[in-house]
Amino acid sequence: MDQLFLSRVQFALTASFHFIYPPLSMGLGLLLVIIGINYLRTRDPKWRQLSFFWVKVYGLVFAVGVATGVVQEFEFGTNWPEYSRFVGNIFGSLLAAEGVFAFFLEGGFLGLMLFGGNRLGPRMWLLAIFMVAFGAHFSALWILMANSWMQTPAGYVVTQTPMGTQAFMTDFWQTVFTPSFVPRLWHTWVASWMTGAALMLSVGAWFLLRVKQHAELGKATIRVALPVFVIFSILQVPLFGARQAENVTQHQPVKLAAMEGIWEDTTCAPMTVVGWIDEANQRTYGIKIPCLLSFLAYGDINATVKGLNSFPPDTWPPLQITFQSYHLMINLGMVFIGIGLLAAFFFFWGRRLWRNTPVLWILVLTIFLAEAATMVGWWTAEFGRQPWIVWELLRTVDAGSPVLLGYQVLISNGMFILLYAILFVLFIFLLNEKIQHGPEPLASMEERPVNALPDTFREIFRRQARA
Amino acid sequence: MWLNIVWFALFVIIIAGYLIMDGFDLGVGILHPFLARNDEERRVFLNSIGPVWDGNEVWLVLGGGALFAAFPLVYASLFSGLYIAMMLVLLVLILRTVAIEFRSKRPSPAWRSFWDWIFFASSLGIALLLGVAFGNILDGLPIAADGHIRANLFDLLTPSALLVGVTTIFMLATHGAIYLSMKASGALLDRVKRWVPRLMIIFFIFNTLLVGVTALLHEAVSDRYWQQPWLVILPGAALLSVIVAWLMVRREQYFAAFLFSSTMIAGLLISAAVGLYPNLLVSTLNPSYNLTIFNAASQPNTLTVMLIMALIGMPFVLLYTAGVYYIFRGRVQIGPSSY
Repeated sequence: MDQLFLSRVQFALTASFHFIYPPLSMGLGLLLVIIGINYLRTRDPKWRQLSFFWVKVYGLVFAVGVATGVVQEFEFGTNWPEYSRFVGNIFGSLLAAEGVFAFFLEGGFLGLMLFGGNRLGPRMWLLAIFMVAFGAHFSALWILMANSWMQTPAGYVVTQTPMGTQAFMTDFWQTVFTPSFVPRLWHTWVASWMTGAALMLSVGAWFLLRVKQHAELGKATIRVALPVFVIFSILQVPLFGARQAENVTQHQPVKLAAMEGIWEDTTCAPMTVVGWIDEANQRTYGIKIPCLLSFLAYGDINATVKGLNSFPPDTWPPLQITFQSYHLMINLGMVFIGIGLLAAFFFFWGRRLWRNTPVLWILVLTIFLAEAATMVGWWTAEFGRQPWIVWELLRTVDAGSPVLLGYQVLISNGMFILLYAILFVLFIFLLNEKIQHGPEPLASMEERPVNALPDTFREIFRRQARA
Repeated sequence: MWLNIVWFALFVIIIAGYLIMDGFDLGVGILHPFLARNDEERRVFLNSIGPVWDGNEVWLVLGGGALFAAFPLVYASLFSGLYIAMMLVLLVLILRTVAIEFRSKRPSPAWRSFWDWIFFASSLGIALLLGVAFGNILDGLPIAADGHIRANLFDLLTPSALLVGVTTIFMLATHGAIYLSMKASGALLDRVKRWVPRLMIIFFIFNTLLVGVTALLHEAVSDRYWQQPWLVILPGAALLSVIVAWLMVRREQYFAAFLFSSTMIAGLLISAAVGLYPNLLVSTLNPSYNLTIFNAASQPNTLTVMLIMALIGMPFVLLYTAGVYYIFRGRVQIGPSSY
């Protein structure tokens, strides 16, 4: 089989599987910081118990995230050497920066986060948790910087060298702050916070429904996660998502045309709610809201949105998958607003949420929807970038390896499919076991009274940290 | 020009950092089926590296990133040329991470012993594969005029590369055993202490053999030493380190022994790197196809930016690495948060 096609399948597969975990690392990280602050403010032991529980969940998520993330870093070299040569000067340095600035932060403080609970005082433990969460966000910043450069390259010059064509850096700040970077970063961070909050809502609701002895902890979890979920789901689609879409309109108009299935240049272009692209007849069917796309893209209902036929067909992304991914993301985004408001309504209406079984079940399912939404959002960005690996500079078909053989990539594909399937089953199995078991009683976690733990830098580095 | 040399030096330092830091936790993994006899002892092994192994592995990730950024042509050629070997490296890296994390999550003995074996096999696998890969770099690779390598997995398994692989295993096992001497206690500690000198002797024999083979067979490396004999102070420093480490082990000063074991590892790597300089990858087909620190490097622009980033970032890395090791100093005690 064609090694290039197989390499594309492999990258899509490994990147998608990896992308299940980082949003959770960021979202749970933020919420763990909030839980830690709650404990410091109130000294209510339930927050400490929840910290121990969610830190363990975090450890599991983080482990699979790291294991699958290392693959990504080396895959550029193994399967995409022509790409690596072309972008090494720029993309490589952003990856290296991610390592030196973010991964060491995460990796260094993860040990303190996972094992520090009964060795450090609550403030120092929270500091460790904060550093890991910060590292996770910082890591996303660098990798999205690198990705944004692939989408909207800037600050480079393309040069012929004896070793092939290469992009050289002309201005570091331009390569870092490419036009699509800031909107992409916010959109992804907010999506991650929503995903983390969705997991907490889901587990909290599950405790209320099925693990009755943890009902109180379930309520506390929902109290932390629900405001985050409601606020960010309300802001995500109309603000952060819309800015991202505007950015695509400006810098990748053919991607926008594919996302919305617009064939001809259209004034007062409609936005499709659900639909289907008929590629053979160059038509897009579905429920459409008139003029909305023109308004969202340009702030003017009479603005002209460029259609696919204004671009050469060999620069079109795969249409159906881009279109469907995008619409699924948007629709899920709207569903999240509904779920958030529904839960908030029952919460404020005399705390009826705690007893409302149907709404609690909806919350249990939210995490699956949130993961699906972040996934298809990413697919929109990446399928929509095709046929380019670096927008309008390098085609994906020219970025592969001249030396790889089909059977080699077939073997590695088989390996990853098998390995990731097993990993996923084990991850779900262990996560489920942890959730069913629920938080440990606090007494079993404490080796020493909380007050006796070193809680300032001075205490850590003067006294023996261990009893 | 000087930037290329600085980046070559930095890259070697990062790889040395990886071998020293992740080296001991790989060594702990390699040793544990032989030294830890029950669940409690296995958990001591696991928790001796528990809070730090993940940070240690970042050195490898950083090495990959630094290679990509500073010498992209080497990054491209090496990893695609050694495709199946690299996929095996990724496989064992993944397995090791999840083995450490999953192992103590369930009480079942079958579950735990399964992941114990994965932990052992993957630690051994990483040491062996990285050693064999480095052996191939010393051997030279069939780099063509287009800079690409066309080789299959079995071409890579040469006797001299395998020798590097086995030597690496014993080097890291020794390093790990010295580390464990600071971490274990009781009967386990006595057992570990008995093993340290044995491992050192086995490693020394393999390493001497390796140095001999390299001097005789690898002209690409040994020529430098014939031309500039004063450079033998580098392998000399490695030899001195191993001797001092031995003396420190005899005196049961394991922290000092660990430091000298670390300088030995760095010394050996630097000795090989100096031999290769200015080549990064030597072509067996035609010396003009060699990938060097000059023809395979990024532009001065990139190298400057990266150097600034390294100068900003590395002090922080060293600071909090030292902090974490300080907080988790002392012998392992199993607690409720442990693996």
